[in-house]
Amino acid sequence: MRTFAYRTADDVTQAVTTHGADDQVAYVAGGTTLLDLVKLDVMRPTQLVDINRLPLGEVETLDDGRLRIGATVTNTELAHHPEVKARYPLLSQALLAGASTQLRNMATTAGNIMQRTRCPYYRDASAACNRREPGSGCDAMHGINRMHAVLGVSDQCIATHPSDMCIAMAAIGATLTLEGPDGKREIAFNDFHRLPGDQPEKEHELRPGELITYITLDTPIEGAGAYYLKLRDRASYEFALASAGALVSIQDGVIHEARLALGGVATKPWRSHEAEQALHNQPAAVSTFEMAAEAAMQDAVPHEHNAFKIPLARQAIVRALREACKDAENANEPR
Amino acid sequence: MEPSETSAQADETVTVNLFVNGEPRQLQVTSNVVLLDALRDELHLTGTKKGCDHGQCGACTVHVEGKAINSCLRLAVMCEGQHITTVEGLARNGELHPVQRAFLDHDAYQCGYCTPGQMMSAAALLEDDRIAADDASVREAMSGNICRCGAYKNILEAVQDARQVMVSGTEGRS
Repeated sequence: MRTFAYRTADDVTQAVTTHGADDQVAYVAGGTTLLDLVKLDVMRPTQLVDINRLPLGEVETLDDGRLRIGATVTNTELAHHPEVKARYPLLSQALLAGASTQLRNMATTAGNIMQRTRCPYYRDASAACNRREPGSGCDAMHGINRMHAVLGVSDQCIATHPSDMCIAMAAIGATLTLEGPDGKREIAFNDFHRLPGDQPEKEHELRPGELITYITLDTPIEGAGAYYLKLRDRASYEFALASAGALVSIQDGVIHEARLALGGVATKPWRSHEAEQALHNQPAAVSTFEMAAEAAMQDAVPHEHNAFKIPLARQAIVRALREACKDAENANEPR
Repeated sequence: MEPSETSAQADETVTVNLFVNGEPRQLQVTSNVVLLDALRDELHLTGTKKGCDHGQCGACTVHVEGKAINSCLRLAVMCEGQHITTVEGLARNGELHPVQRAFLDHDAYQCGYCTPGQMMSAAALLEDDRIAADDASVREAMSGNICRCGAYKNILEAVQDARQVMVSGTEGRS
């Protein structure tokens, strides 16, 4: 592995000051993406700032009912946190569907948001990749693109966003708190990741030196059922071919509110407003779910090896919605 | 005790203080040395294996502060002041850990290369009451440990057998 300088920091201000606006400096928390990619020579930081000692390891319910998660809370802690299990079961399910026990024990909440694509051409420093090296081309476009995205693609990049956790956050809704050399600001979770467009190297809205300090989840939808379905090549410890995170609340057999987000098929954590529109005020029935699935995938663009993802995602959507509705019905029954 | 501040230039060797299998150990490493290599090459604890070196196989699993992690993806400098248990630290007072005993009894390996990592994951999950005791939950919790020989069936049996021993051991003590 190439060499780099290493500094610890004890608080956010010290971390941000140590980092500065130098884009060759990287924050490190779990390190599960960063060190992997440094070993592959895909990321080439000259210095790491270790943020594990920052006081960002707490999960806290705010007075307004939202849940504030510190950047360095691990995926394991978050998945098993009593407030998350009780009020945000979709997030707990999605976290536990991701990676392995060891990786979840290391990986942090902010780090999961910042994880890079698993596109094999991105991860191979000798391949052409516009995301890794702007203007170099895209070997995935005409290569082995079975795992690649069908939604949000551009002629520059078709790499999928790999996170399960982020699919739940996209559905639930959240606000990120960022702190950098120019101070503190907030950004909506669903505005944070960028579509590749003609600048696939710009993956997110972080400004130079900015650090994600907190992720604050919106208040949960009252009485909603939740279900995260992940379809993959093996039963565990594998990235999604297609995944669907659904939240549905039902009143008198009619869908009152629905949220749907997709993973494994899109270039960013994919909230499907089209599907949600198709569900709103409609009967909670399979025919409705099928229309929503159709709407969600109507703009999908397949490449040579990944056209199968379009019907697969549709089926994932129908199943996730059906299970979320069942969950909502169970939740509304007097116990 | 709060860990001391660490600041290392690239190529600069720094001192890292760890507690490895209960013993205080001091290392001199550059900041790009991962815990796995520090354990094997500096402390000569070669029970922990290097498989993929990218967090995909689990052969390098050790416990840091009681949690199973991939030691190939953790910098040694990030472990300043932390408690690390390797497979060499599983046995106590000359007696094998129930997981080690069960792996022997169930022949839960062929080539044995993944075995230290498998046993470290097993030992951690048996202490973690958030992971259910049924076979499916154990398989899921162990999915980060790949066995190229395919000894999974016997590994699962060994883990569940060790669970029985550990449960009865706890009851015996209370």
